[in-house]
Amino acid sequence: MTDYYNDEDLERFGDIGKHSPELFKKFMDWYTSALQPGILSKREKILIGLAVAHAVQCPYCIDAYTKSCLEEGMSLEHITEAVHVASAVRGGASLIHGIQAHNAADRISM
Amino acid sequence: MHFEEKILTVRTDPLHATGIDILQVNMGYRCNMACKHCHVQAGPAREEMMDIRTVEEVLVVLNENRVKTLDVTGGAPELNPFFRYLVEEARHAGCRVIARSNLTIFYEPGMEDLFDFYSRNSVELIASIPYYREADVDKVRGNGAFRKSIDALRQLNRMGYGADKALNLVHNPTGAFLPPSQSAMEKEYREDLKRNYDISFHSLYTFANIPIGRFREFLIRSKNYDKYLRKLTDAFNPETLQGIMCRHLVNVGWDGTLYDCDFNQMIGLALLDRYPRNIRDFDHHLLAGRQIAVDDHCYGCTAGQGST
Repeated sequence: MTDYYNDEDLERFGDIGKHSPELFKKFMDWYTSALQPGILSKREKILIGLAVAHAVQCPYCIDAYTKSCLEEGMSLEHITEAVHVASAVRGGASLIHGIQAHNAADRISM
Repeated sequence: MHFEEKILTVRTDPLHATGIDILQVNMGYRCNMACKHCHVQAGPAREEMMDIRTVEEVLVVLNENRVKTLDVTGGAPELNPFFRYLVEEARHAGCRVIARSNLTIFYEPGMEDLFDFYSRNSVELIASIPYYREADVDKVRGNGAFRKSIDALRQLNRMGYGADKALNLVHNPTGAFLPPSQSAMEKEYREDLKRNYDISFHSLYTFANIPIGRFREFLIRSKNYDKYLRKLTDAFNPETLQGIMCRHLVNVGWDGTLYDCDFNQMIGLALLDRYPRNIRDFDHHLLAGRQIAVDDHCYGCTAGQGST
């Protein structure tokens, strides 16, 4: 399993389109449009991408968005802060479910 | 595709100079620092230094008064014993003088009056500071480099640099990736340096690292060479060819050899055979329209927004 994720596989992403070209094209158009600067700047969108990459723990996305951050002139300080935001939200999402645990316990407790 | 062929896919003829606005003089490879990204592989142990005879030959060209700007580089050009003589004589000849300074040089022994020297001679400064955060700069240039650079910039500001005297900064990526947009990065540098250190400057230039010298060694060592080259070639932008520096300057090596740019100098890529090869044979007419010698490292100057 050590070679489960390979760097070179990212460049083969287009292979996914072989069996469903129309859907893949729709995805790529949507993805490209979503990343274009709008009300949010390119830099803000890249930071969101980096944070989501860490939240969903996608190694390809982490590599790609880290590189994009560096090419936008961001440093490891910027990257680490963004990862903390992702991690804090993710941690908070677990923690808030403690209320569900309390509710469940309340429902069956005297 | 090699750069030479690439050019011919967007132009009908090879790259030629459009004039000589600048004489760029490399005074030698000695430097007080040994930065990881240095294309010159400069450092304290380098012994290649321009001698007085070559300096006089440079001045002969400048005194002809057809090239209006002298751009002095190195290494740290200030370490050459004839640096100040060249600058003063060039100013007497009416030239605009630009010096490329690493900023830490101001705090080397014997450089105590360098601030005054620059100011007195109205030398324009292009100062390299790879980033606006301490950790990133020290990682590339060595511990303490950032603090010294900040101290030097503050002192330069006190002397009018960044206001009525030209002070421009240079940003290089600190790894195997391309630089960000120049305008966006300039805004960040400006805001951060002002807020944290009360420093002002005129413009920021963002330069891609050229895959030669110490940076090339890093790329090979870190197994990034092929990927970086591909990145540069994929980012080829034909619009950069108009302003690319080699078309507007002649570069002079420490031993008087002429080159199309400082990068060509570092890989020993001389002017094409049919042109004068040494400063003593300088021929303005022949050189002003010369064909440029190119190789694949030239992709570094034509990637994205360009690096000139």
